[in-house]
Amino acid sequence: VKLPAGAHPFPHRHLLAIEGLQPWEITYLLDQAEGWVDAGRRARKHDGRLAGLTQINAFFENSTRTLLSFEIAGKRLGADVVNLAAGASSLKKGETLLDTALTLNAMRPDVIVIRHDSSGAVGLIAEKVDCPVLNAGDGRHEHPTQALLDALTIRRRKGRIEGLTVAICGDILHSRVARSNFHLLTALGAQVRAVAPPTLMPAAVERFGVKAYTDMAAGIEGADVVMMLRLQLERMDGAYVPSTREYFRTFGLTRARLAAAGPDVLVMHPGPMNRGVEIESAVADDIQRSAITEQVEMGVAVRMACLDILTRARREQGE
Amino acid sequence: MSATLIRNARLIDPAAGTEATGDLLVADRVIAAIGHGLAAPAQADIIEANGQILCPGLIDAGVFATDVEAAVAGGITGVVLMPDQAPPLDDPALVERAERLGKPRLWVHPLAAATRGLNGRELAEIALMKEAGAVGVATGRAAIADSQVMLRLLRYAAGLGMVVVSHAECPFLTAGAVATEGETATRLGLAAAPAAAEALQIARDLRLAREAGAALHVACVSTAEGVDLIRRARAAGQDVTAGTAPAYALLSDNAITGYRSFARLSPPLRSDDDRAAIRAALADGTISILASRHDPRTQEDKRLPFADAAPGAAGSATLLALGMALVHDGLLGLPALLALMSSAPAARFGLAGGALAPGAPADLLLFDPDAPWRIASDTLPGRAGNTPFDGLPVQGRVRLLLKGGDRLA
Repeated sequence: VKLPAGAHPFPHRHLLAIEGLQPWEITYLLDQAEGWVDAGRRARKHDGRLAGLTQINAFFENSTRTLLSFEIAGKRLGADVVNLAAGASSLKKGETLLDTALTLNAMRPDVIVIRHDSSGAVGLIAEKVDCPVLNAGDGRHEHPTQALLDALTIRRRKGRIEGLTVAICGDILHSRVARSNFHLLTALGAQVRAVAPPTLMPAAVERFGVKAYTDMAAGIEGADVVMMLRLQLERMDGAYVPSTREYFRTFGLTRARLAAAGPDVLVMHPGPMNRGVEIESAVADDIQRSAITEQVEMGVAVRMACLDILTRARREQGE
Repeated sequence: MSATLIRNARLIDPAAGTEATGDLLVADRVIAAIGHGLAAPAQADIIEANGQILCPGLIDAGVFATDVEAAVAGGITGVVLMPDQAPPLDDPALVERAERLGKPRLWVHPLAAATRGLNGRELAEIALMKEAGAVGVATGRAAIADSQVMLRLLRYAAGLGMVVVSHAECPFLTAGAVATEGETATRLGLAAAPAAAEALQIARDLRLAREAGAALHVACVSTAEGVDLIRRARAAGQDVTAGTAPAYALLSDNAITGYRSFARLSPPLRSDDDRAAIRAALADGTISILASRHDPRTQEDKRLPFADAAPGAAGSATLLALGMALVHDGLLGLPALLALMSSAPAARFGLAGGALAPGAPADLLLFDPDAPWRIASDTLPGRAGNTPFDGLPVQGRVRLLLKGGDRLA
């Protein structure tokens, strides 16, 4: 990475959002993650650089995949990883979020990974704790490590991000993944399309520097990457879409529809997938085109890089 | 009974729209005389105004809490209290009690809850509450969703000669929403409703009020479209008035960036175009009441993720200074601003006050329009400091506040 003179490669205490990061900071995170991909493929995956450090994964919203990914990332780096799952937390007992944050802080963790179902909640906690905070998803706001792992996947498959056409399709209104990806991909020079039915398209989405499409065929035409989003099945209740059947018909990614995309189109999905709702199994399982399992692998590498970078300052202080 | 002589003041009478210099004598709880070179009775307190502004005590026509400290600090001698209390003001005994709560330092004029428990379905005992002192009837923090109930409320209130104060947000469109649809809400990932939710409700309420022949006061207008609807209805001769709060003339929705829960208001902050329309409506008289919508909230209510935080801001203590910002901006003249906060609400709700005339109650405010200070949420007088204007430099300081001739500040 070519840095401006005197600049720190990642001068941030927390990783709360992609919005506001400089392109070279994003590239630095991706380059660092690249190194951890190879490490993860070795039989002995352990790297002890976070030995003796405590990592708390505080997940106030249910998650299996992301929690597991952060746990593995922390353990491979040698940290003592502790998981706080939503059901077990005292939030259910009426304790406020900030009191919970102060309690966690008093246990002197060295990094806290937080997921919360309310936009802005992770930033609110970050103001109250003494250690770096990593946002693992806050409401509809941001999910920065997901965007980083998506970018790493694209970069490895396509060799670049700049100049690619990326179509992000589905429930954009409720998606933190879409928001983080808009910020990241536009910052690195991709042409980004937001493809959704009008009821699931956020207002003023073009202000992210993306182009809005309400027609799936037009939205993915010529795309280098098609990124599908999960349709929460409870959206049927809010009159966003009438049925999964109709949604699949109009916005589901099928092989036939994918033919209109670019010849080497890469298909992505942050998981967990609703097969037959937003994506056809034949597309999801097409090893030539689908990078869905690779995204999961990149997730661990990206999270290792983030944990390493964010704890670096305190590790250096400790020595 | 002691007398007070205020000498050499800039006397502004918002009811008459006049401005003069001179002295004002208070005796026996009323304005005894206004003129030049008034003689001080024996043992009168003599206050040298040095050209500062003397006007009627402010009437804050829309507060959610009886907060005497905040009101006194803001030069307010009377408030119109929304029925959203705990319990809601849906019973004559509760109205009587609410009226007494500010005594002796603040006139509290309660609005009767339109429906039992503010449930939006069954009419409350509005006539009995009127006898108990309610100055109007209000839907509270939320609109009445059911148009049939709203129509009957308007007809019933019209029969009693009571003003209906309505909250103008379509409850269906705004279900779950915490912000106005637009770039800011999209960036922050907040559930949002279109600004049209206001116009929709105002249009319905105007039409129903016309059907009922009722007097309508839209408690807080915040959008350009809402302003247009009211402007047209007034031009057509309908008995409708509108209020707003300083935040809607001074802030737009980008004030919530960073999830600033102190800027989470109801109705939510709008776009810059809407803000400009509110200012224009204040200037041309379409909006005739400027109220604080004072809603003190503790840290427990506000130090939460944005969507979980309670809406509302403390406002009584800053009403005058923020209003003065509109004067300093050249939007309004001083008599016009003071009318928005005294004579206009007095006229709409049939209250004493709002005029400088011999015989009027001596609820008086003397203030320095230019004295600078900085709004600080930590030290804001009143029950809580949840202001979206934290850190803002403002001008306008209360020098003296009299209620019934008694000095409060």
